[in-house]
Amino acid sequence: MRVELIVNGERRTVEVEPRMSLLDCLRERLLLTGAHAGCEHGVCGACTVLIDGAPARSCLMFAVQADGYAITTIEGVTPAPGELSPIQDAFCETHGMQCGYCTPAMILTAHALLADNPDPTRADIVDAICANICRCTGYAQIVEAIALAAERMRGLNQPARKP
Amino acid sequence: MTAKSFRFVSTDRRVREDRRFVVGKGRFAADIAAAGTRHVALVTCPHPAARILAIDKAAALAVPGVHYVLDGRELAAATQPLLAGLDTPKVPRRPLAVDVGRYAGEWVAAVVAETRALAEDAAELVRVDYQPLPFVLDGEAAYAPGSPIVHADHGSNVLLDRTFVWGEVEKDFAESPHRLSLCLKWGRSSTVPVETFAALASWDPWREVLDVYASVQMPRFPDQVALALKLPGSSVRVHNDVDVGGSYGVKRGIKHAVLVGYLSRRLGFPVRLVEDRLENMRAGDGHGPERNFDIEVAFDEMGLIRSMKMRALDNVGAYAGRSPFQLGKPIGAIVGPYRIQSVQYRAIAVTSNKTVQEAVRAFGQSPTNYAIERVIEEVARHRGLDRLEVRRRNLIRADEFPYLIPSGTTYDSGDYHAVVDKVVACADYAALVAERDRLRAQGLLAGIGIAACLEPSGANSTFEPLLNPKNETTTYTDSCRINVDLSGAVTATVHTLSAGQGHETLVGTVIGEVLEIDPDRIRVVRPDSLTSLPSQSPVGSRMAIMLGGAAFHAAQNLKARLLAIAAHDLKIAPERAAYGAGDVFERSAPQNRRTWTELVTIAHRNFHRLPPNTEPGLAFTHVMQVPTGGQLPTADCRVQMYPCFAFEFHLLLMAIDPDLGKPEIKRYIVGHDCGTVINPKIVRGMTMGGIAHGIGAALYEEFAYDAQGQLVAQSLMDYLLPSAHEVPPVEIIHHVTPSPHTVFGQKGSGESGYLGAPAAIASAVNDAVRPLGIVVNSLPIKMAQLGDMIAAARDKSNTVEAPK
Repeated sequence: MRVELIVNGERRTVEVEPRMSLLDCLRERLLLTGAHAGCEHGVCGACTVLIDGAPARSCLMFAVQADGYAITTIEGVTPAPGELSPIQDAFCETHGMQCGYCTPAMILTAHALLADNPDPTRADIVDAICANICRCTGYAQIVEAIALAAERMRGLNQPARKP
Repeated sequence: MTAKSFRFVSTDRRVREDRRFVVGKGRFAADIAAAGTRHVALVTCPHPAARILAIDKAAALAVPGVHYVLDGRELAAATQPLLAGLDTPKVPRRPLAVDVGRYAGEWVAAVVAETRALAEDAAELVRVDYQPLPFVLDGEAAYAPGSPIVHADHGSNVLLDRTFVWGEVEKDFAESPHRLSLCLKWGRSSTVPVETFAALASWDPWREVLDVYASVQMPRFPDQVALALKLPGSSVRVHNDVDVGGSYGVKRGIKHAVLVGYLSRRLGFPVRLVEDRLENMRAGDGHGPERNFDIEVAFDEMGLIRSMKMRALDNVGAYAGRSPFQLGKPIGAIVGPYRIQSVQYRAIAVTSNKTVQEAVRAFGQSPTNYAIERVIEEVARHRGLDRLEVRRRNLIRADEFPYLIPSGTTYDSGDYHAVVDKVVACADYAALVAERDRLRAQGLLAGIGIAACLEPSGANSTFEPLLNPKNETTTYTDSCRINVDLSGAVTATVHTLSAGQGHETLVGTVIGEVLEIDPDRIRVVRPDSLTSLPSQSPVGSRMAIMLGGAAFHAAQNLKARLLAIAAHDLKIAPERAAYGAGDVFERSAPQNRRTWTELVTIAHRNFHRLPPNTEPGLAFTHVMQVPTGGQLPTADCRVQMYPCFAFEFHLLLMAIDPDLGKPEIKRYIVGHDCGTVINPKIVRGMTMGGIAHGIGAALYEEFAYDAQGQLVAQSLMDYLLPSAHEVPPVEIIHHVTPSPHTVFGQKGSGESGYLGAPAAIASAVNDAVRPLGIVVNSLPIKMAQLGDMIAAARDKSNTVEAPK
C-alpha cells in the first residue's frame, strides 16, 4: 500500500505491506534508525516518536495508520549537523544515558512534556518518562537532564539579568 | 599521586559518547545493513524436553522468498560445539538442538528469508515431530538421585560439585558458643537489556573473511566464533565499532554469531538475526543465577562470626558456557567485608530443563552478598543485638589492610567503618528509625534496610583454573595503542565493544592526564578484531583498571620517547629534560625547548635527529596484565581472584502497604568507595543504574516457569523492569580509598549498586514484616506474594487473639 507520511516536516511517500509497523517503516524504508525496537509490544518505549506532537509507540502502529500524520523522530529535533537541541545538550550535561539505546525516545518524550509544561515538577517528569524503560541509569540523571533543559529553555529569549 | 594533582581525572567532564546517542546516531547492530542481507527467524522447541523425530521443511521452503531452513544435524556436522568453561565434553552446546530439545524455546531450526516477516511466516510452516521426554526444572531435584537427566551421555545433571575448606572450620565451629543455619534462595532473573541481541555475518569467499557485526560483550568472542566455525582466527573479523544497547553481562551471543556465520558461508549472502523480545527472553541464553544457599555460621556472644559453611547450588539451565564460573568468582570475596576466619564452601552447578544461564552483572557475587548479609542479620537477631552494630563489629578495620581472606585473596584497601559512619551521619540514623516507627504507628509496615557489600573489580579469570584444572589461564589482558600522526594529532584505541560504559571517555581522560593535553582533542577509535591488540571485554568491573591502565602505560611510553628525542636534539642529558603539556624543555633553562610540533616532526621525518636505535614515528602500545594476577591457584585451592575491592554501604527506609503488599522506598542512601573516580558522571550513573537493577531483582523481576516447564515471563508485561516510578531518588555519599594496585588509585564501579541493593531491599522487607512473624528468605519478594503472606499472618494472629 502507498502511504504518505509527513516526517520531520517533509512529505514522504512509501510503498509498504499493510502489516509493516511504523517503526520498521521509519527504520528500513526511510533509514531513520534513531527509533529503536526494544520489545515490539508497547512496554519499553524505545520506539517512541511524536505523532502530531504527542509521544506514540511506533512499534504498535502500522505505517498505514500513520498516513497523513506529522511524525517527528529524533532526527527531526536535531537542529543542524553538529548541533544539539537544548534538551539533547542537557542530556549530555547530566550524562542522562549510558548505552544510548533508549535515549532518542527519552528525548522525544521530554520534548513533548516540555512543549506542554515548561516548568515540570519532579513528579511530572517521572510521570512523563515512566513508560520509557532505561535499564542503565536508574533514571536519576535523565530526570535531572529534563529539569535542567526546562530551566534553560525557560530562560531563552529572556533579557539577561543585570548583576 | 594525590587527588589534587589531577587535571582531568576526577573532574566533572562530559562523556564524549553521549553526543552521538542524543541525536540518534549510535551505531547499533540492528542499524547496520549490508546489501543483499537475508533474515533469520527460529523454529523453537515447545517442550521442556523432547526427542526430535522429524523435521519437515517442505512447506516452509515452498514459500516464495524463503531461501533455506537449517536444522541442528547439518549445523553440528559442520561446526564444533561452543566453548564450555568446565571440562564437560558430554554436555555439548550448539546453536541448534541436535535430536533432543532440552528447554522450552530452544532453537530447533533456522529459517532464512528475504525479510524477517517472511522468515517468521515460514517458521510456522516447519513441521517438527517431537516425542516429549521426562524433564526437571528445580535445581535441587535435578541434583537428587533418580532425576531425569538433561544430558544422558554425561550421566548426571552435575556439572560441578566441589567443596573447598579454607582454615580450621571444624575447630572454629567447635569452639564457638553459638551457631545458626539459614536456607536462602536467589530467584532466576537477568539484566534484560532494552536492545535484544543482534548479529549480522557476511562471508567473503574470495578474501576468505567472515565479517561479524554483533551487539556483543564476550571475552574471546572472535576466537570462539572461529573455533566453532573451524576457521582460523584470522578469517573472522569482528567489528568493535558497534554500540551495544545495554548488556550488563549477558550479551554473549556466540550461538547467534555461529549460526549466522555458518548460514552466510553456506548461502553466499549476508545473514542477520535480530532477536525479538520473545526469542531474547526464552532462548537468548541470558538468564542469570538461580541459586539455593544453605549456610551455617559459628559466632560468639558479641555476634562476631568466626566461621561459615556455605553450600551454593546453581541451576544453570540446559547447557553450560561460562555460567558455572559464577560460583567461582565469589570465592574472591567469600567473607564479604567481614573478618570471618575460616570458610567451607561447596559449589554445585546442575543442569535442568530451563533456559541457559549466562553471565549477569557481578558474575555471581550479588547473590552471595545477599546471602552473607542475610546471615549477618540473623546473627544480630539471635544475639538480640542491633543489626548495624553487629556489622560494625565484624567489618574489617582500616588498619588491617591489605587483608588476606581465608580463600587466599588479599583485599587491597578500604575504610569500611568510615563509609558506614558517613552514611549513618548523613542519613541521621536515629531520625530514620523514628520515621520508621512513625510509619508503623500509622498502620503501615515499615522497615530499614542495611547492606554492606564488596565489589571485586579489575576482573581476572582465575576462577577458570580453580574450577577447571585443565585450564591454566593466568592472564586476562586489555590493551591500548596510541599513535601521534604527522600533524601532531593523537589517536588511541579501544579493542572491544562497549555497552554504555564510556570507554572512549576513559581513554581520552587518562591519556590527556598523562600528556597534559585536552582529552577532547584525543581521537579514540575501535579497530576490528583483526587489527586489535589482545583484549577481553568490559566484564567484572575491569575497564577503569585494565583499559585505563593500558592507556596510562602507553601514554607514559610516548612521553618517555618525547623526552628522549628532545634531550638528544637539545644535546642535554636526559635527566635534565622535563615534560610540560606536550613540550619538552631543559629544567634549568626552560627557554631551551622543543615544542610538541617540533618533536612530532623529528619523530616522523628527521631520522637523522633521532637518538640512535630509535624507531621513527610515534606509535606505542601497552598490553596490560591484571594487577596481582599471574599465579595458578595453590594446591589447597587458595587464589588471588581479583585485584581491587570497592565497598558500598546501603541504607534505606521502606514502607509496605499491609493490604496490598506494595513496597515504597521512602529514602535510599548509599555510601560508595571505588577508589579514585575517573569520571564522576559515569560512576554515579553506574551506581544509580545498579541500584535500580537491584531493586528489580529484589522486588519485581523473575523468569518464572510453570509446572509444565514453560517460561511464564515471556514479555515485558510479565517480566517487570523498574520504571521511573519504582526507582526512588538515591543519595550517594562518596569516599575515596585509593587502590595501591592501579595507576590513579582507581577501582572498578561497573557493577556498583547491584552488589548490595538486593541485600538491602531484603533487609528492609524483613525488618518491616518481622513484627508479623514473617521471615522472607527468597528473592524476588513479589508484591502479590508479600500481600498474601501478610494477610495469612494477620488471619493467624486474629485467630489466636479471638479467644481473648
